[in-house]
Amino acid sequence: MRLNGIVLAHNKNTADNPTVPVPLPESVKIPMSQHMGVPCQPLVKVGDEVKVGQKIGDTDAVMSAPIHSSVSGTVAAIEDFLLANGKVCKAVVIKSDGKQKMSEEIYRPVVNSTESFINAVKESGCCGLGGAGFPTHIKLRVDTKVTPIDSLVINAAECEPYITSDYRELVEAPDDVLDGIDKVMKYIGIAHAYICIEDNKPQAIADMTRRTSMRDNITVVKLKSSYPQGAEKVVAYSATGRIIGEGELPAYKGIIVMNVSTAGFISRYLKTGIPLVERRLTLDGDAFRTPCNVKAPIGISVRELIKFADGSPDSIAKLLSGGPMMGMCLYDFDTPVMKTNNAILGFTEKAAVRKEVKTACIRCGRCVRACPVKLMPTELEKAYDARDVDRLKKLKVNLCMNCGSCSYVCPAKRDLAEKNQLAKELLRQ
Amino acid sequence: MDKLIVSPSPHIRAAAATSKIMGNVLIALLPAVIAATLLFGGRALILVGVCTGSAIIWERLCNIVMKRPDTTGDLSAAVTGMILALNLPRSLPYWMAILGTFVAIVIVKQLFGGLGNNFANPAIVGRIVLFLSFPSAMTAWTDPFLQPQVYDATTTATPLVSKAASYSDLFLGTVRGCLGETCAFALLLGGLYLIAMKIISPATPVAFIGTVAAFSWLAGEDPLYQVLSGGLMLGALFMATDYVTTPVTTLGKVMFGLGCGIITCVIRFYGSYPEGVSFSILLMNIVTPYIDMLTGARPVGAKKKEKKAAKEAAA
Repeated sequence: MRLNGIVLAHNKNTADNPTVPVPLPESVKIPMSQHMGVPCQPLVKVGDEVKVGQKIGDTDAVMSAPIHSSVSGTVAAIEDFLLANGKVCKAVVIKSDGKQKMSEEIYRPVVNSTESFINAVKESGCCGLGGAGFPTHIKLRVDTKVTPIDSLVINAAECEPYITSDYRELVEAPDDVLDGIDKVMKYIGIAHAYICIEDNKPQAIADMTRRTSMRDNITVVKLKSSYPQGAEKVVAYSATGRIIGEGELPAYKGIIVMNVSTAGFISRYLKTGIPLVERRLTLDGDAFRTPCNVKAPIGISVRELIKFADGSPDSIAKLLSGGPMMGMCLYDFDTPVMKTNNAILGFTEKAAVRKEVKTACIRCGRCVRACPVKLMPTELEKAYDARDVDRLKKLKVNLCMNCGSCSYVCPAKRDLAEKNQLAKELLRQ
Repeated sequence: MDKLIVSPSPHIRAAAATSKIMGNVLIALLPAVIAATLLFGGRALILVGVCTGSAIIWERLCNIVMKRPDTTGDLSAAVTGMILALNLPRSLPYWMAILGTFVAIVIVKQLFGGLGNNFANPAIVGRIVLFLSFPSAMTAWTDPFLQPQVYDATTTATPLVSKAASYSDLFLGTVRGCLGETCAFALLLGGLYLIAMKIISPATPVAFIGTVAAFSWLAGEDPLYQVLSGGLMLGALFMATDYVTTPVTTLGKVMFGLGCGIITCVIRFYGSYPEGVSFSILLMNIVTPYIDMLTGARPVGAKKKEKKAAKEAAA
């Protein structure tokens, strides 16, 4: 069986653009919730001096990841910040002194056991860099006696159009990626790793295959370029043939799925002790004259990135954090970059304003054939419109991963994916 | 821009659109319209125009009366009108044709909620109502290639009844019959275009036509003759493939085609009507929701909770 998927224009315009650092901003705004789970509490107060890598947010809660300063300077404000999910958390605003002094807290972690490895990953502030932001140490903290893990699936599919940040990780830091994979395999006790790359990145596939040719515990998996190949359940299935069922974590099926940039980061952290204070992003879209890949400090304003990519806020009609299929619209040019941002895309009015005509559903079945989990989006829409909770449950709307394929293919231009999200919310109530 | 646009994902959409799909169906019907004009003369073309035009007008009038947005732009009414025209004999009075599009668009489609909500194929019901209301006008066949002055419709038998036509006559359409149903070649051309453009799935027509061929062979009839004559090609390629009134999944489409084929043959061989294609499609339209229910795919990774719960309850 092959999971359904759709063919998209790749638009990987920045694939050959090496990562360049952006100029240090005057200030950064660092939200205390950049991961899935419990937000951190600020550890600093207004007026405090902070340095790069200094921990400025943490919590006792397990499902969380600490947050570190990306600049050296002075805490200028601690303010409320509205997150994309509608919740409010604190954000620490730091005025940079331009010196980027490193914190004395930074030290190379001593790792010699599973426990010390997972603790180090926790202290690094690492969460999934692919977008979902699941705290990495939680993912690694599996009781291998209860759920033995035999497969590490490295997700380098990068199936969203435009985005090339994971590809650049493969090209620019292949040794870090492989070292990160080795460390995870060694300390968690995983026998085999699969590096999954879509076939629209043949150079990365060839390079990784060559580097791992002497290794029998790492397989490079060439994935068909079909969206959403990089969705966790899809990539896990493509690599191992195992289906992660309803309400299951990959660990239940003996799998840990990890983004390729996360693996690279873990290796660098273990070598340097510098926590997650900067990340690579793709800047693209027709509103940017110079699409590029940048390394940006966490908390930098998106406005600075727009300037760097030669875009102007005046010409941007739609600003996305993430790809065009699953990315979120930003409503404020001063939104800070977070740990989970892999791309900022800017589109002009011409590209962003959709003029298509919405019609009634003509039951063409394109959504049914597109859905990677074989849901019936057209039936789900009708069930949601009727607020038919029983039918929504029967049709398994909870399995929807919001990949957006149904909305994409719909000739009637119906907002099927949106309805699924609303339906899931309805079931939660 | 003063304000950024905020909308739910996905932010890009495929080029496919309802109006483009319907437009492609119109293009696919063109060979049959051209064949009809060549075979049956200018009046055939006028009849196609009258049906298509009146269908669009009925749709617009319904929009106005029902205070709904203008839906003529999706071209579905034009498709219905054109398909109905191809189901009519050359000599049918224009007012009857307009009555047919009234039944199709107003009663079968708009009164049930418009595009996407009608349970039966509008053109099929339009044809059946005309057939039952005006049996002699609807079976007054004209020989093809007649000079205008000698056009003289008679209720003599079509090839389906006479069984006297050659394969090549049936393939090229130089026989008596409805405007668009006689020329299998033109219909196949249009059908292949729709399959190539991925507008329709080959599952339904293959299952439909295949079943008719197999049933005919078992019943001792000539399979090829049965496949090429009557309204089978038109029905299987253009009416049994209507999205709205047929199943969504491939398995469902196969079941639909199978059912259509069996009903068509039962009517043809054992019923009192010579042709059963439209009745078969209408009957299968009615059971489509049940076929959809039977053939819905099990979502990947879905737990069979009911079974589990039942087991636990038993234990």
